[in-house]
Amino acid sequence: MEVLVDARGKACPLPVIETRNALREHGAPVVTLVDNDIARQNVEKVARQMGLLAETRKEEGVWRITLTAAQEGDLDADSPEVDQAVEQLSSCALPAPGPTVVVLSADTMGVGDDTLGRALMKGFVYALTQLDEAPDTVLLYNGGAKLSVEGAETVEDLKTLEEAGTEILTCGTCLNHYGLTEQLAVGSVTNMYVIAETLAKAGKVIRP
Amino acid sequence: MSVGETLNFCRGGGCTAKLGPAALSRVLSGLPRPTDPNLLIGAQSSDDAAVYRLRDDVAIVQTLDFFPPMLDDPYLFGQVAATNALSDIYAMGGEVKTALNIVCFPEEMDLNILGEILRGGSEKVVEAGGSLAGGHSIADQEVKYGLSVTGVVHPQHILANNTGRVGDHLILTKPLGVGLLCTAARLGQADENAFAGAVRSMTTLNKYAAQVAAKYRVHAATDVTGFGLLGHLHEMMRPDLSARIHAHALPVLDTAYDCANEFYLTAAGQRNRNFAAHRAVLHGLTFAQEEVLFDPQTSGGLLLAVASEDAPALLEEIRGLGLPCGDIGQLLPRLEAEIIVEP
Repeated sequence: MEVLVDARGKACPLPVIETRNALREHGAPVVTLVDNDIARQNVEKVARQMGLLAETRKEEGVWRITLTAAQEGDLDADSPEVDQAVEQLSSCALPAPGPTVVVLSADTMGVGDDTLGRALMKGFVYALTQLDEAPDTVLLYNGGAKLSVEGAETVEDLKTLEEAGTEILTCGTCLNHYGLTEQLAVGSVTNMYVIAETLAKAGKVIRP
Repeated sequence: MSVGETLNFCRGGGCTAKLGPAALSRVLSGLPRPTDPNLLIGAQSSDDAAVYRLRDDVAIVQTLDFFPPMLDDPYLFGQVAATNALSDIYAMGGEVKTALNIVCFPEEMDLNILGEILRGGSEKVVEAGGSLAGGHSIADQEVKYGLSVTGVVHPQHILANNTGRVGDHLILTKPLGVGLLCTAARLGQADENAFAGAVRSMTTLNKYAAQVAAKYRVHAATDVTGFGLLGHLHEMMRPDLSARIHAHALPVLDTAYDCANEFYLTAAGQRNRNFAAHRAVLHGLTFAQEEVLFDPQTSGGLLLAVASEDAPALLEEIRGLGLPCGDIGQLLPRLEAEIIVEP
């Protein structure tokens, strides 16, 4: 029989402490309900630290986290639970095989009609925000430098990416060339040395 | 306790009540940018306080900080809030001149409690060498207290936070773990002596560490507060710098690691972890070491970037001030990540 911890409406550390206490008292499985994402992350973190598997489902604003003991079979690399656990760990603990770098070297996407190209680029930057894993870096140079400055329709999406942890780097020489140095609205200015190094060290480079 | 009532902890007291760094930077980016050239340091950098040049030889340093209680003793809470608010002046290399109280207080609550908070705060302003010049109070659901502080600094001697140099050692002047211990205390689970250590640290002015720092070649400084060690270290970085931190060298409050292993975790700590996750690489640390790196600090210490030849003598003098401190790492040319933490 699983034990239910209803931590809805409670702020950290209470969801975590109540889950911990239930696990100590009754052992796994324990199901914890939380209504904010940070509490979900903290409860999952505790599960990992206690060597448990956490399976989370979101229903109508409530996260239902099921904590179960890891069985021997779970160590099978094909097991979806293990994949999930490893994926969660990678947030900070494991060095990635190589960063994913997106290069935006023009304010349009593809060759043909520039009005269409600009709309496509706007759509592409939005689509980046919807990826399961945000890219590590977005490099903007030449015409791409126009995408990260005040007034550009892509700024909001670039900010969303930055919030998700993506480094947004715009070429300083390019901003200067277009007279946009003072208008940079997201991320920071970079130089050719950093651009070269970022590309050299990338695990994957994406150019739309 | 000299008053009959104690303060109620709110959802997150002290610097754990800060808005997350990601949310904040998004909102702030929409505001107009000031153009006055005498505003030497404003909101565009992630610095600790604003600096405005009045003359070639004098600039004013302005800062403001207030938060809900993280302690149930109103007098100590007043001391902590003031120590924390005054700290930003020291982190800029400045000298405290005047301070104004900021008070939110429930109308139905015993005014003696407010008196105790203000007594604690005013004592710290006096200790800082400043004058408490007034304040503003508002009736509110829950208690909040802090100060707006004004200081002065020579424009040539401003300690910005991102002017460190390759090779500089990073010295932290107070122990980490304040957030973990305060969370344990909220649940009545903190070790009494260890918590007293946290209070001692939170009520120690950074004035003394700043006075020591002024004698050495310190190139950059910040104070470690709500965004945790790694969040504030991030504010010291530039695209051409990386920091390598040695977790074994971190000064940590007694029982802080135990508190982490007992999962006295804050929401702010997890937000700090999310913010730093893509900027920092942590190699082989224990869970507790990781939590301490992200732990939100209230009235934390100064983080100084000092010339490597000066680091041993500086550290020795800081140690003489009586709080746990440490030479926690070094600034290096840009490596594979902005911040690398090793065991």
